[in-house]
Amino acid sequence: MPMRQGPVIFSEIEPYAGIKKAIEMGSGAVLDEVKDSNLKGRGGAGFPTGLKWSFAVIAEAERKFVVCNADEGEPGTFKDKVLLEEYPGLIFEGMAIAGFAVGADCGFLYLRGEYRSMVPMLEKKLSEMRTGGALGKKIMGADGFDFDIEIRLGSGAYVCGEETALIESLEGNRGEPRNRPPFPVNTGFLGYPTAVNNVETMTAVPHIIAKGPGWFKTFGTEGSSGSKLLSVSGDCEKPGVYEVPFGITVKEILKMTGAAGARAVQVGGASGCCVPKKEFGRKISFEDLSTGGSVMIFGRERNMLDAAENFLRFFDEESCGQCTPCREGVPVLLEGVRTLKRGECTKGYLDDLLSLAESMQCASKCGLGQSAPNALVSIINGFKGDYKLSKKIKEERAFHG
Amino acid sequence: MKPECAVEKIIEEGGKKIVVCDTTRARLLPVLQDVQDRKGYISDKDMQQIADMLGIHPVEVYSVVTFYSFLTAEKKGKHLIRVSNCMPNVMKGSEKVIKAFEKALKIKVGQTTEDGQFTLEETGCIGMCDRAPAIMVDNELVGNVKPGAVKKLIDGLSKAKKKKAKK
Repeated sequence: MPMRQGPVIFSEIEPYAGIKKAIEMGSGAVLDEVKDSNLKGRGGAGFPTGLKWSFAVIAEAERKFVVCNADEGEPGTFKDKVLLEEYPGLIFEGMAIAGFAVGADCGFLYLRGEYRSMVPMLEKKLSEMRTGGALGKKIMGADGFDFDIEIRLGSGAYVCGEETALIESLEGNRGEPRNRPPFPVNTGFLGYPTAVNNVETMTAVPHIIAKGPGWFKTFGTEGSSGSKLLSVSGDCEKPGVYEVPFGITVKEILKMTGAAGARAVQVGGASGCCVPKKEFGRKISFEDLSTGGSVMIFGRERNMLDAAENFLRFFDEESCGQCTPCREGVPVLLEGVRTLKRGECTKGYLDDLLSLAESMQCASKCGLGQSAPNALVSIINGFKGDYKLSKKIKEERAFHG
Repeated sequence: MKPECAVEKIIEEGGKKIVVCDTTRARLLPVLQDVQDRKGYISDKDMQQIADMLGIHPVEVYSVVTFYSFLTAEKKGKHLIRVSNCMPNVMKGSEKVIKAFEKALKIKVGQTTEDGQFTLEETGCIGMCDRAPAIMVDNELVGNVKPGAVKKLIDGLSKAKKKKAKK
């Protein structure tokens, strides 16, 4: 085991302790424990994992699937990379426990194409686990529990991190998100019930089963049990992956990573929101600042409009183009932030941009379009000193088709 | 031993392992990735053949190829260099790295060198923000890239190729 330390994910655990105990307990009890632990999805959305699994359990079908979402693509996120590199056995064990709980015999690890150099190492780990009886037929000697894992690669599409787009991609289609409902737990891969969970969620599962939901809940806040992995980057002395209990403040993170001069912190990547200095007392949790793990630190000399432009350029590249609010809205916001940077944006134009942002947030089909305007909106509102509005009334104009 | 999943079967043919699909559409991406890996692009003829194999229309294959940025219908350089342009990388000077590559390879971002050896591209976050500026060279991730080291990196890749050729 590597030498990382942390409360939950990086705490010590015997290999296969989780899966062994899960089989002793039976699938119903595993489901109850995960529900009781209040584990929520670590990809950022925060849906209760136990509840998600229970939907897959009650769905009637000949087959069920488990998918581990390793399509970590949110700018500034690299915590799953560390887990994949250093704790692959724990991820696969978590997937097997998920398979046991929901009654699936097959799991996919959907690995982003950027991480493909890890495949030989991951395959080696899988075959080790098959030899060790933790994957394959009759896992840990349990009659009637077969489960195996196949690694599937992404091909450089950010939107495939969205669970229904990921399933489309697994099925050999363009990675365009589906309408939800129906949710993947009812109609997932090839139409079968499919539980899709983030790498970090899967990694937490063996710990919860082996050490109990009570132990897990001793960390974090009331609404956000356990810990969160943060990938910290930008203007700080010690960038890297940190495991922290939920409820940690932005200020504490800055102290821990040596970022005394920070003026802003972007929490949640390009789709997250930008926190100005006066709000550094806010907490990382599902109730306050929710993040899939990305924490970008901006020093004194940074203009936040540069960040907003960079994020919108990213969304402009990655929007799948399927729904209108996102496809048409992102380029307008991108042009808007550039107008703002040039000092040519009037009050009326800015109001139009904010109104468009709101339309995108409620009318886009998937999380990409819904969250694409977040950073810009929070920067416009929180960093008024970073831009000047143009006074030229005659150039004021609304959007036109 | 391989997983017995719904969509994959592996057979041995002439001592070589081949993935044979039970012709389900779900195999499309792995098949395309395999072709991309071996040839550096997916030609019209490849798309036609894959479509026939899976029993779908070629245009469906084309629509998938053009959706994913790591799959291409045009031939790219032997080595693909992708420079991450996500915010933490920009903050640590990725633009200088791009300029250094452009200068060393005498091409612009998005282009391929005349000898077909290198293609230079920008890409989003590659999960190396703690080691920015970072790049992806073929399948490998490289962090803390200094503009001054770019020339050496390119020479290394060119030499590796010549060495292989000599063998």
